[in-house]
Amino acid sequence: MAQNKVDINLLREIADLEGTPKGAYNIRKNGQLVSRGINANIDIVTKDDKPGIDIIIKDGTKNQSVHIPVIITETGLDELVYNDFHIGADCDVVIVAGCGIHNAGDKKSEHSGIHTFYIGENSKVQYVEKHYGEGEGTGEKVMNPRTEVYLEKNASITLDTTQLRGVDSTERYTKIVVKEGAEAIVMEKLLTHDKQKAVSEMDVILAGEGASSRVISRSVAQDDSEQIFYPRMIGDGAGFGHVQCDSILMGKAKIQSIPAIIANHPDAQLVHEAAIGRIAGEQLLKLMTLGLTAEEAEEEILNGFLR
Amino acid sequence: MLELKGLTYQVDNEGGGTTNILNGIDLTVADNKFIVITGPNGGGKTSLAKTIMGLYQPTGGQILWNGTDITNMTITERAKLGISYGFQQPPRFKGMRVRDLLELASGTKLTRDECCSYLNRVGLCAADYVDREMDTSLSGGEVKRIEIATILARPSGLLIFDEPEAGIDLWSFAKLTETFRLIHGRRENTIIVISHQERIIDLADEIVMVSDGKVVRHGPKEELMIHILAETGNGCDFLRGATCHDQDKEG
Repeated sequence: MAQNKVDINLLREIADLEGTPKGAYNIRKNGQLVSRGINANIDIVTKDDKPGIDIIIKDGTKNQSVHIPVIITETGLDELVYNDFHIGADCDVVIVAGCGIHNAGDKKSEHSGIHTFYIGENSKVQYVEKHYGEGEGTGEKVMNPRTEVYLEKNASITLDTTQLRGVDSTERYTKIVVKEGAEAIVMEKLLTHDKQKAVSEMDVILAGEGASSRVISRSVAQDDSEQIFYPRMIGDGAGFGHVQCDSILMGKAKIQSIPAIIANHPDAQLVHEAAIGRIAGEQLLKLMTLGLTAEEAEEEILNGFLR
Repeated sequence: MLELKGLTYQVDNEGGGTTNILNGIDLTVADNKFIVITGPNGGGKTSLAKTIMGLYQPTGGQILWNGTDITNMTITERAKLGISYGFQQPPRFKGMRVRDLLELASGTKLTRDECCSYLNRVGLCAADYVDREMDTSLSGGEVKRIEIATILARPSGLLIFDEPEAGIDLWSFAKLTETFRLIHGRRENTIIVISHQERIIDLADEIVMVSDGKVVRHGPKEELMIHILAETGNGCDFLRGATCHDQDKEG
């Protein structure tokens, strides 16, 4: 797998990859397949009707991982990719996705990934997604991911999504349908700076008895950036849902956080918490009394917050 | 040695004037002494401690630490000179773990055992806490004890604690006084504690009484305790019964 320095750096940033990943993988660069690895339990097939892949994981596949990073180094590239995950019953797998754009030119580079997960009964999935942008060019780096998750009975997913720096514009939509006894945990971390814009919209539908979900969103908006959150927790069954949105404002940034909890069932239990504010002065002072400068203190506070 | 010379601190009040919080504090604390600052609420004790750390900038006077004038130094600079300050009401940090805070305090990476030893000294069962987040899931007393542990983790020549006993249960308090006794036993740091607790006062070499922004008494514990007991016993007209009777007569 020939890679240059830019590719290596992008892959490290988005997937912690230093070479060929273990387990199954599919690496895509500038709209083309670079390399793919499959095994007895995990198959990856290129779609023939539209761009994208099907990832098929057999029943009972445990302790295995799938890496599907996408990197873009060509300015002006605009792609829309459909990735469908068909995960059988009784699985325990880690899926690492992510997109890194290095835009050295003056044209917009855009990646829109539409990920759909069908997760079988009693299966456990950890999905890790990182979005990252870099490059000396003036061209915008845009990512508009759409993620849909359908959890069968007693299945669970942890969606761990991170976008720290470098992405000029993002519009994210996440929809999760949680059936009886299933659980969805969403941890969303976002840092925007300069004039970046980020919108994250989410619908979590608690569809069955004992369905549960926690959405934890932590964001930092710096400089003149803007963020908008619309997490909606919908109790269609006797489930439990908790939405927690915490944001730190810096510079002249703007944040809107509009969580909604909607109960359509008399036994639904739904909670939301949302907070936006600057870093508390007391926190900075405390860390300064430990010998940190104000700048170092701020960095430590942000690192902890976005861990 | 810590020397405070004519230290004053004024704040603007709502009426457009100024209020004197510290009214010319003169105080010398010799190396490796254990000093307890006590006195009535609102007398200026916390302001005095915060001024030493640099959390408040004095309006006048001078602060010398080991002969160096630190009056205009930043908090960070003072911290780097080995001055530490335990907050009365420490802040919480979302996402930051107890271990992170201890490591920032000590300035190095710590092993789990090292983290545990600091937490044990404040009566926390370390294994339960090292990886906990410093957020609202911790009680006030827990945060307070972790705060003290961060001060213990710091290499410092001057340890300042503002009411370390506040919000701590009786069992942890016993552990804390024992820790203070051990630290002082080594005679390696100067310790200044703001406290009203007899068991902490009992550990002190010297007591400083601060009232109305002034040092009203300063001396060896044995001498000062007599005055403190005498003054607190007679300090309240209500307890003496005089005021109520007088008011009844007037009414």
